[in-house]
Amino acid sequence: MNQPRTTFDKIWDSHVVTRLSDGEELIFIDRLLLHDLTLKIVLPDLEARGHSVMLPSQAAATADHVVSSAPGREMLSDSRTVDFVHRGRDLAMRHGIRFFDVGDPRQGIVHVIAPELGLTLPGSTITCTDSHTCTQGAFGALAWGIGTTDAAHVLATQTMVQRRPARMKVVLSGTPQPGVGAKDVILALIGRYGASAGAGHVLEFMGSYVDATTMEERMTLCNMAIEFGARFGLIAPDARTIDYLAGREFAPGGADWDRAARLWLDLRGDDDAQFDRELELDITGLQPQVTFGTGLDHVAGIDEPVPAPSSLPDAGRRDRLREALTYMDVEPGRPLEGLAVDWAFIGSCANSRLSDLRDAAAIVRGGRVADGVRAWVVPGSTSVKRAAEAEGLDKVFLAAGWEWRESGCSLCCAINGEVVPSGQRCISTSNRNFVGRQGAGARTHVASPAMVAASALAGSIADPRKALAR
Amino acid sequence: MRAFTAHEGIAAPLRLDDVNTDVIIPTNRAIHVAKGSLGRFAFEPLRYDEGGRERADFVLNQYRYAGASILVAGANFGCGSSREMAAWALDDAGIRCVIAPSFGDIFFQNCCKIGLLALTLPDDTVENVWDELARAATPRMSVDLSALRVTAPEGTRYTFGFDEGRRDALLHGLDDIGQTLRHADAIARFVTTDRYARPWNYLPAPGPASHIHSEKTDT
Ligand code: SF4
Repeated sequence: MNQPRTTFDKIWDSHVVTRLSDGEELIFIDRLLLHDLTLKIVLPDLEARGHSVMLPSQAAATADHVVSSAPGREMLSDSRTVDFVHRGRDLAMRHGIRFFDVGDPRQGIVHVIAPELGLTLPGSTITCTDSHTCTQGAFGALAWGIGTTDAAHVLATQTMVQRRPARMKVVLSGTPQPGVGAKDVILALIGRYGASAGAGHVLEFMGSYVDATTMEERMTLCNMAIEFGARFGLIAPDARTIDYLAGREFAPGGADWDRAARLWLDLRGDDDAQFDRELELDITGLQPQVTFGTGLDHVAGIDEPVPAPSSLPDAGRRDRLREALTYMDVEPGRPLEGLAVDWAFIGSCANSRLSDLRDAAAIVRGGRVADGVRAWVVPGSTSVKRAAEAEGLDKVFLAAGWEWRESGCSLCCAINGEVVPSGQRCISTSNRNFVGRQGAGARTHVASPAMVAASALAGSIADPRKALAR
Repeated sequence: MRAFTAHEGIAAPLRLDDVNTDVIIPTNRAIHVAKGSLGRFAFEPLRYDEGGRERADFVLNQYRYAGASILVAGANFGCGSSREMAAWALDDAGIRCVIAPSFGDIFFQNCCKIGLLALTLPDDTVENVWDELARAATPRMSVDLSALRVTAPEGTRYTFGFDEGRRDALLHGLDDIGQTLRHADAIARFVTTDRYARPWNYLPAPGPASHIHSEKTDT
């Protein structure tokens, strides 16, 4: 009698408050997350429109985009942003919204701390004024980025008016070689199918690779759903999801825990559930990936030559690639391996969790950052930083000549006054290589923590497999 | 929200795919320039050279398209960051309508919220419109949301589809929060039932600077 349903359908169906006209539905939103850039836009907008926050304890905010990452940070690195934190904090307090400030051990990048704190729960709907909210879909939550006007709507009504997106099944199978991780997998997927292939869809990642991955790798996969054009990335909860959440501050406790865990496991999609589109990627033998241009689809394996614009069939794509290669000062026809870098950045909500730092440290240990390269580690949260320090990872990086910094977005978006200078080349674990993303004129190559670590030591783009084999 | 019923004006062809929101409004402008003054910085990386001079090859700098209020762009327009300032910047620059084969999902939603009409036409139709814009004596177009019709400069008419609920909100300039609060009772009922089904979903009010922090770290 019941139609077989996907994980997405199960979550969606349980959040429909009422059906509106023409396929639109009023969807209940469990959590709204805000950050230092948007607090001072959303809350005044709400006040100006004469509305108030319906359920303030369902919202939370943190300071991540504008805060300095300088070790022991005492002040902001860009004084123009003072207002963002101070005003944001005051507004959050006035409206009864939790705010994880600098100095609070729970502070960090919003998509890193929400799962850490158990604010991200399977089966829930989570919105945040940030496009990488899809990261949290790794927990079997329907999590997506929204604009500030929509955020005011969520605060005032605890709902959003939404239309069901189309469903896309993404089957990832196979076993990666050592030195290849979730970042390489998602980059390869974008490279294969294009940066807008997921538009209008909710992606459900599944398959033998996904089943075998850790929660942190799943977050990296889902983080870049938006770079595939999709607002939502989703992975059905399993035993790993539940293990990860047990004991987290805002996760259910006591008798609720068992009941919640049972419900969460039921969110797995039915076997014969229908999808609108299906894609597959076998990652056996996949090479470490690195971007060469100014879109995430400008990506290749470390051994593969950068394509020449003339090899593309479509005139628009050709022009775009030509401009990208000029901006990046990259020569087509040969692989990127060996191209000199000025900066190496390990950080961002794509790859700044403990396992990412461990992957990088495994390569850095006993090595030395090449002369002339500035290498930064910016942990995703204060709690990641402390956990890494507890196992001595800070010492590994510092001994090799890296800077060990405080948590925040930092060089991922270069909003806090920390920038890669114009014309310099940065190999980065962040998720966007857009023109000017890490600073006006800065050149970004997106890659995995392992490749960034190997490249910092080599002074040029390097294959992490070789570094591991040493 | 401002209403959108119909609009006629100069239309500029922006023959580029995948224009992301960092290009529509660069991050430092989005953050440090007030709403209402963002127009000058819309498309800054495409519009000005390193010396801050207008680039002649950028369509909005060309005399023929001066004062454009309609933009006809390539696929996946507005992909990338969720910054709503991208929609504000276009609005501040006097753009009332953007036409493209497809849009970044979040950007599209943001446009709807501020009364900026973002509508899709198929790839080949957009190509035709670009050609007409290049050929016509004056690149003027009209867009009619109530009739769901675009009229290209040489008089060719195209119909487009638009979500009915959204169309209604745009046509009448409805306040989205006010609209939703008409369902306040249904929302309250949902919460009552859900508090019973998922009590853990509902968090206590934040204490003043709570010191009970989770010590769990990842292993
Ligand atoms: S780390 Fe980068 S991508 Fe993630 S929230 Fe911060 S700025 Fe956005």
